[in-house]
Amino acid sequence: MISASLRVPFAAVFALAATALFAVAAQAGPTLDKVKQNGIVTCGVSTGVAGFSSPDNQGRYTGLDVDVCKALAAALFGDAGKVKYVPLSAQQRFTALQSGEVDILSRNTTWTLQRDTQLGLNFAPVVYYDGQGFLVAKKLGVKSAKELDGATVCVQPGTTTELNLADFFRANKINFKPVVIEKLDEVESAFFSGRCDAYTTDASGLAGTRATKAPNPDDYVILPEIISKEPLAPAVRQGDDEWNDIVRWVVYALLEAEERGINSKNLDEMTKSDDPNVKRLLGVTPGMGKALGVDEKWAYNEIKAVGNYGEIFERNVGKDSPLKLARGLNDLWTRGGLMYAMPVR
Amino acid sequence: MAIQSSPVSRPRGAFWNDAGVRGIVYQIVFVGIVVLVGWYLVSNTLANLHRQNIATGFGFLEREAAFAIGETPIAYSPADTYARAFLVGLINTLEVAALGIVLATILGTMIGVARLSGNWLIRKLTLAYVDTFRNIPLPLQLFFWWAMLRQAAPGPRQAWNLLPDIFVSNRGVVFPVPEYDPVQPWMALALAIGAVLTVLVRRWAKRRQALTGEQFPSGWVGLALILGLPLTVFVAAGMPFALDRPELKGFNFVGGHAISPEFTALLIGLVIYTGAFIAEIVRAGIQAVNWGQSEAAAALGLRQGHAMRLVILPQALRVIVPPVTSQYLNLTKNSSLGVFIGYPELVSIADTTMNQTGQAIEGITIIMAVYLTISLTISAGMNLYNRAVALPER
Repeated sequence: MISASLRVPFAAVFALAATALFAVAAQAGPTLDKVKQNGIVTCGVSTGVAGFSSPDNQGRYTGLDVDVCKALAAALFGDAGKVKYVPLSAQQRFTALQSGEVDILSRNTTWTLQRDTQLGLNFAPVVYYDGQGFLVAKKLGVKSAKELDGATVCVQPGTTTELNLADFFRANKINFKPVVIEKLDEVESAFFSGRCDAYTTDASGLAGTRATKAPNPDDYVILPEIISKEPLAPAVRQGDDEWNDIVRWVVYALLEAEERGINSKNLDEMTKSDDPNVKRLLGVTPGMGKALGVDEKWAYNEIKAVGNYGEIFERNVGKDSPLKLARGLNDLWTRGGLMYAMPVR
Repeated sequence: MAIQSSPVSRPRGAFWNDAGVRGIVYQIVFVGIVVLVGWYLVSNTLANLHRQNIATGFGFLEREAAFAIGETPIAYSPADTYARAFLVGLINTLEVAALGIVLATILGTMIGVARLSGNWLIRKLTLAYVDTFRNIPLPLQLFFWWAMLRQAAPGPRQAWNLLPDIFVSNRGVVFPVPEYDPVQPWMALALAIGAVLTVLVRRWAKRRQALTGEQFPSGWVGLALILGLPLTVFVAAGMPFALDRPELKGFNFVGGHAISPEFTALLIGLVIYTGAFIAEIVRAGIQAVNWGQSEAAAALGLRQGHAMRLVILPQALRVIVPPVTSQYLNLTKNSSLGVFIGYPELVSIADTTMNQTGQAIEGITIIMAVYLTISLTISAGMNLYNRAVALPER
């Protein structure tokens, strides 16, 4: 038989292989359990899109997508600080979510059929209805995107932007040359140095780039054509309905709060309100939190931490920010926009 | 464990104590474990992907790519398949790799020989070059060259026009190229025939020199063949010649051939970086040759240039070729950094595809398989060359 001196190492190797097999076969638990156990929400954000998720010079993240994650943490733990931000490029974002590196991808990602089906993701409600546009220098004298025949266009790879760009030029039977650069800083710098005639991304991103990165914002203009629908929504993994529901209703609560007139300033007075809808939302009437599997004061904590959707919008991309975007499609349905919360009952 | 195979009969114990049999059994068991682990990893991955509803398989290669590519050596439009997009990326990679290898070798050899020059200034300058460019990470060097090239020239509407029809702008260098004509494949064939004939002439001339001692100007004859044969074909066809000139239309130049700043930056960065390594390898190879050889060559009255070419370099090549093969492989793989500066080579296109289809594993597999094939081809070629130039040991 195998000599004694060789028996021990062989046994060790077999035992190691066996444990490796069993360890790999163990399934990962649902996301909510993991988040509750770690006490922190891991939030995938961008590397620096002004107004949505960008770090300030101290490394703290701010933006609309960041506020969604803060609301989620506040709803779960009562503390908006219990978030870990993982900056992801457009190329890395889906693999990071699929592999479990992040719990939620709040990274101005467009909701499309392919992403919903083939990538194994589920999307939460849309937090920003956007569209793709073009940023050009005024001195080119271009008034419409259809005049861009033969232009060089800077774009980031792996995005719906790249596909919509090709489709737009094909549909209008004009040509272009793409310059495809992965890092956001590099693509913006390439555009402003004149390497490209036009820069294309979501219109909110263009506004942010022009406001924050242009040497002189008044030298650049966003062309009037919006060539695509870009509904930006947070994404979670498929197969975890509990987590999906929590993220969904955290977003709806922000919209519902604005609809009911609740904001971060009148929050405490509103807890004394007689309106049954307000009482249900803020947890004065219990039941909603238990149904979701979170604390009854989930919506109260959210709004206390980040305010309602209107406040989040104005602070990050609206009139209180350098971007100065109008509510437009992102206004409440009662005021002609598309933001419509499902009933919290 | 030595396998005993003497014909003398030896005392045979139980067969499981036989070292030879044991060796075979251990190897079978080990291979079995490796195959088992490999099979388990693959099936586990597939099961996990299926559980998470992520698409698998290579079927996506036949779908429409729907994205445009900036530099397309072959015809490509967004309506073409992902497979064709990968092909475009592969050709871009091969272009950069092939040109890079040739230029890096030339630059590296020149700098390597110059490192041993008698001139103090040249020695110090080349030392500074090698030390600087070997020690700065390659991505930083690429960003530097790309930024320089972008800032160096003005926009296309104010492009520099130093020579007629050649324009330099921050979109690249654009120059006229001859338009396609049916005589051109015949000229290429004539060139190939000329090259083959040159090699044969050289072989014949060397044999003649070994027998009779008379030299033959095979270099000039070779040049005449390589240039003359295509020229004859061209003249015989009636000299059809039309230039495709670049013209400024709207935003960019249309027509002619453009070399983009991304390609130039990647090429310059790779050549300078790899050239520094090759320079040191060449220097080491030359210094490895016995000093007595160059003394003997001088004693025979050979000029410095001839001594280097005929005596020293052939012996140095034995030492130089294997490390330089590694540097060629490094250059090919480093061309994947083009994704950072916007050059659409294979990794850049694969990244975009992976992001659009969500099939990261298939994309990475394709990238790995392609680079493995390219690297193995380069190694095989260089090993053949090595064996051809290897001098038999004394």
